[in-house]
Amino acid sequence: MNAPPHMRTPMRRVRGLGAAHSGTGLFWHQRITSVAGIPLSIALVVIVVALLGRSHAAVVQILGSPLIAIVMLLFVINSAYHMWIGMQEIILDYVHDDKWKLMSLMANTFFVVAVAFASCYAILKLSFGV
Amino acid sequence: MAELDAGSTQRTRPLSPHLQIYRPMLTMMMSIVHRITGAALYFGTLLLTWWLIAAAAGPNAYANVEWFMGTLIGKLILFGYTWALLHHMLGGVRHLIWDTLHGLEPTEREILTLATLIGSITLTLLIWVAGYLAMGGPR
Repeated sequence: MNAPPHMRTPMRRVRGLGAAHSGTGLFWHQRITSVAGIPLSIALVVIVVALLGRSHAAVVQILGSPLIAIVMLLFVINSAYHMWIGMQEIILDYVHDDKWKLMSLMANTFFVVAVAFASCYAILKLSFGV
Repeated sequence: MAELDAGSTQRTRPLSPHLQIYRPMLTMMMSIVHRITGAALYFGTLLLTWWLIAAAAGPNAYANVEWFMGTLIGKLILFGYTWALLHHMLGGVRHLIWDTLHGLEPTEREILTLATLIGSITLTLLIWVAGYLAMGGPR
């Protein structure tokens, strides 16, 4: 029996690699967050339409009420993860230079974390006051 | 491997055909639109964040957001965001259906793709009508 030309098995090469060096886990997470995003996006549209033209005091009261705040938090967190994966996919498709790729992947993470954190902070502040 | 590094090797290497060789098709267009709407929503999230922070900050900050959303540019951005959200959502549903290996026949996939486009435009208009009705007319 001849020795294999490479010591690395196909499984070894597949596992944990790919352009993102992280395998297919994110593909599945993109599907999960997309399914969750359907009811949450519909809820967001309904909430925003319901708040149109209302006074600031009314908007604060409604956005800070438990049910609305929880739905908004879920929307923000779910969307943040979904769009983080999506933008990473776009970057990996179009940015081939390693230095630029690394920087844009990092910028993607910074942007998403900042947006998600700021939104969650605002929702929590509306909920708990002051 | 050094002998393969000559520039002539790269020039003569056959390339597989890319996008520009194909006649534009609806499914192809909607595929790129799905990505474009996704990227637009990515940055459009800033709008939502701004709105939430302003609501939490106080009446003055909230009035600024309301003023901006009332301008023509603000309305256009908001209208675009509404359509992008719905189109990306319906396109996502289409992709989830395709993930199950259903709806991939030539006619089926064309119908599904057309349905997402017509659906997103119709729903966007309906939501804006509902929005204006909720506010008691355009302003």
